[in-house]
Amino acid sequence: METKEENEQLNKTRGGFWTWVMASVIFRLILIYFPQNLNLSSRPEVSTPLTSLRRLAEGYWLKQASMSPYAGSMYHGSPLLLSVLGPLTVKSIEGQPDHVLCSVLFVIADIMSALLIRATGWKLQMAYKKSLEALGIINRLVTSGDIAALVYLWNPFTIVACVGLSTSPIENLFIILTLYGACTRLVPLAAFGWVMATHLSLYPAILIIPVILLLGYGPDAPPRKLFLQKGYCKTGDKNSSHVHCAQEEMINRSKEQIIFSRRPVVLFFFWATLWSIYVLVLCSISVKQYSSLWEMFQRTYGFILTVEDMSPNMGVLWYFFAEVFDFFRNFFLIVFHVNILFMVLPLAIRLNHRPCFLAFVYIAISSMLKSYPSVGDSALYLGLLVLFLDELADMQFSFFIFCGYVGISLLSPVMHNLWIWRGTGNANFYFATAIAYACLQIILVVESVGAMLNHDRKLRKLSVANLQDDES
Amino acid sequence: MALPLKSTLFLLFLILVSNIFAPIISFGSSIDQEREEFYEELLLRPLPDRKVLAHFHFQSTAPPSNSNGRHHHLFPKAISQLVQKFQIKEMELSFTQGRWNYEKWGGFDPISSNNAKPPGVELWAVFDVPQDQVDASWRNLTHTLSGLFCASINFLESSTMYSAPQWSFRPATGNIRYGMLPREAVCTENLTPWLKLLPCRDKAGISALMDRPSIYRSFYHSQRLHLISNKSGPEGMNPGIVLEQVLTVVLQPNSQRTGMTFSGEKNVQPSWSLSSIFGRKVSGKCVLAKSSNVYLQLERALVAKLKKNKNKGADNIASEGFWSETGFELSVRPDRVFEEENNSHRKDSSVLFEFSVDKYSDSQPFDLGLTWKFPVIWSCKPAPLHASRFLMGSGNERGAIAILLKSADLHDASLGTCSSSDGYKFRVDVFQVVPWYVKVYYHTLQLYVNGQPKAVGDVIEKIHVSPSKDKISPGVMEMVLQFPCDVKSAVLTLEFDKGFLHIDEYPPDANQGFDIPSAAISFPNFYTSLFFPGNGSVDKSPVLMKFQEKNPVLSYTEVLLVPLTTPDFSMPYNVITITCTVFALYFGSLLNVLRRRVNEEERLLKSKAGKTTRLSRLLSKLSAKLRRKPQETPETPSNSSSFISSKLLLKIFLVAVLAVAWQYYFE
Repeated sequence: METKEENEQLNKTRGGFWTWVMASVIFRLILIYFPQNLNLSSRPEVSTPLTSLRRLAEGYWLKQASMSPYAGSMYHGSPLLLSVLGPLTVKSIEGQPDHVLCSVLFVIADIMSALLIRATGWKLQMAYKKSLEALGIINRLVTSGDIAALVYLWNPFTIVACVGLSTSPIENLFIILTLYGACTRLVPLAAFGWVMATHLSLYPAILIIPVILLLGYGPDAPPRKLFLQKGYCKTGDKNSSHVHCAQEEMINRSKEQIIFSRRPVVLFFFWATLWSIYVLVLCSISVKQYSSLWEMFQRTYGFILTVEDMSPNMGVLWYFFAEVFDFFRNFFLIVFHVNILFMVLPLAIRLNHRPCFLAFVYIAISSMLKSYPSVGDSALYLGLLVLFLDELADMQFSFFIFCGYVGISLLSPVMHNLWIWRGTGNANFYFATAIAYACLQIILVVESVGAMLNHDRKLRKLSVANLQDDES
Repeated sequence: MALPLKSTLFLLFLILVSNIFAPIISFGSSIDQEREEFYEELLLRPLPDRKVLAHFHFQSTAPPSNSNGRHHHLFPKAISQLVQKFQIKEMELSFTQGRWNYEKWGGFDPISSNNAKPPGVELWAVFDVPQDQVDASWRNLTHTLSGLFCASINFLESSTMYSAPQWSFRPATGNIRYGMLPREAVCTENLTPWLKLLPCRDKAGISALMDRPSIYRSFYHSQRLHLISNKSGPEGMNPGIVLEQVLTVVLQPNSQRTGMTFSGEKNVQPSWSLSSIFGRKVSGKCVLAKSSNVYLQLERALVAKLKKNKNKGADNIASEGFWSETGFELSVRPDRVFEEENNSHRKDSSVLFEFSVDKYSDSQPFDLGLTWKFPVIWSCKPAPLHASRFLMGSGNERGAIAILLKSADLHDASLGTCSSSDGYKFRVDVFQVVPWYVKVYYHTLQLYVNGQPKAVGDVIEKIHVSPSKDKISPGVMEMVLQFPCDVKSAVLTLEFDKGFLHIDEYPPDANQGFDIPSAAISFPNFYTSLFFPGNGSVDKSPVLMKFQEKNPVLSYTEVLLVPLTTPDFSMPYNVITITCTVFALYFGSLLNVLRRRVNEEERLLKSKAGKTTRLSRLLSKLSAKLRRKPQETPETPSNSSSFISSKLLLKIFLVAVLAVAWQYYFE
């Protein structure tokens, strides 16, 4: 009786999910058919020097004019993206907007990302339910996968990044593909996603740690210590127990949770090298004619690491490097990039039982501190955040953060307009919103990590209480 | 008697000495006279908009020789050293203030095509060195010229300021470098060193006319230095150099009769004389000059108008009395009159009056005056297409450059020549340099011919683009456009993004904006040449020789002023501190969250440990932890401190080792 009801509810929510997905697609198409693309493609928040499709078109034009696509300082993306998207920027169908083919591609990428988020969410939830049951904690979980997918699809940031002709939907797709592949233990898929994501935007390279943890330990679970405690408690009262086999099974299961399985990790490394060789070969084929792989690395990764372009964006580095004295430049470049790497290890140690959440934190940190951030990056981590709806239920300041996001996304264009277009404001106005945005993201990251750790504490309390109940 | 004897002896000695040395002196001087020559010339031309064009032309030549060593008789030593040191094949440096008005002052004659230059400094040079040394030579050359002419030409040293045009700027030249400084202010400190290169400076001859206030009051002035060196002789010889120094000035003669003119005579051109426009007169030639002439040129259109006014049928224009009847009067009788020989324009041809300055002296200075009797209206022949360039868009984020080519006048025969000379197409070369902070999207190139959008491939025959690299090189665009002959207007647009610079890269007046140098637009199907026959072939004047050269019509567009956004220049410290605070906030708060467990567990332990034995247990635990002994003594702090100090020592030692390793590694 109960299961039937549940199933019905599930079906209902599924139907609702698909209508919402369709609605989001239609909404995007409507926006695409607006004249001039609503000028979204020229917004600094949407298209950074790395993700702008206009620069990609310039690179493609240079390539067609038998020059290196990296000849000027225009294009800084991957040559593979150039050969896929380049022809689409030139082709236009009669009576349709100029970049309709690219836009359609980005919409498809968004839908695929949403579906992968949903599948990942389902997988995570199942695994989590199982592990909670193993601990004897009964918890009613929300279908966070569906919600996360819908949040990702309907997030204004995602919509703007998709309609505004930036390549970030594709980068996001590969990052999500990595997580999905690692969650479902499809090692080649995970390796492919990781290699492509790293190739496209460098920063996802740090996702290798969550992916290894995911493959080694399985998806997110409560701290492993709890399973051990449980197991030991059970073995401790062996004398008074009746059924041996059940205990053995329990111990085995808890051990299974704890033992790091090396095989998929080794496989992952194997596949990652294979895919990276493949990608490099493809790149070298496509750039061979007019430039070299070395130039490609210089123009893509070098451009990301030495913040050369100082046009305003949502981050804080552009203004910093426009103002900082030249002799300190290298020092601060190192400091800011090391700042991303610095937190990798402590977070990995503290959150090693929750690799997916760890991946979320890494993505959030890198999209906050990266050299050319855009709203597409924010859209990705906001979508992933919703996957942990149950765990982060009692996060602090969530309303404040929400209001902050709304406020910043309204104020930032206003300040940009005042500074660039009207000339009545100055750079500090816009930089202030960027600083506020960075602070908001910091609060979000810190609070979510804190909430997750508190959740673990709560689980421990619950499981200890359970154990005491069992004992008594 | 002793005195005359002595004097005769002395005389004899003198004669002897002179007889011995005279041939040597005369020989040496004859060689120098033969080889190094200097010409000074001035060409005056009334312009349709009540102005006068004065075109000074000085030419020094040094033929290839090794006999002189490093010494020169007339030729400026600085220039010959320059040529030798940097192996310059050809070089042109121009300082210009003001803009040549192509519509009113003409765009189809040798003066406008060769001497109208973009505002500021323009320098190009062709080097005779291997490809990899060209840039180094260019850098050294800019520094040398900057010292020589007291100008900031050394700014052209940086690779963001110069470019290497391939074919559109000057055809068939290999190692050419081209740079422009549109904002260079030109003034008397640039003119003085330029005059120093002349043998007579501005003390005698025609250059004595160069009164600084009247030159710098002019509407347009451009001083130019053009040199060509040819190594026709054998190796080891100094190259032969031809140095042209040209000053083109457009002046407004102040008409003294303004009070007396009647309302009907508004259109009478102002009468002028050399003394009224320059405030000086020519008192004889520069004695070192081989020839010293002043020319007065009347343009074709003006001559045609004058003929019409005369109403007397086609007379021989060169004959005397013609000009006195036709509407103007010259205060000095010309020595010779030339009429242009022209194939395409048989109807009217321009007239040149020659005045030789040789016979004038201090007591009787040369002062050419021209008095108009009747109002005359005429217009100069413009370039086939009038080129102008402008910016589109608003705001400081992006914009577009548009080059507009407008057909000057349709009734003119220029289109006829177009169809006859080169099929039915009409070729236009565009050469444009864009600084790197104007980031041009070349794929957005759009073309409109007669208002209709055209596919780029239909019109552009050849295009060469070298896109700009941030802080390394400017963007260069060279194009060959082919238009149909009946083209009325053509527009070419390119979109661009405005870059953002580091605060150190902004000039002191950052809010004034940045200049995009002029684009050079040439019409290779059209040539400018004026041929004046009857000019003696022996002493051909350099100006007239220049006029005879067949050069394609060339015109420059306006300099564009692009305002760029500025950061707050007073903020570096604030930005650094605020940003670093944000980073510290991130780092500190995240680390705090991550290590919060320790405290909590301790608290938990404390609460678990019960109240009575809590202190003792804690103490025992602490001491056990510190000393690894199950002993409970009150001396723990001292012991622990010693332990800590040993630990500290270990740490210091480790750091020292690291530092030594680091030092060693970096040595």
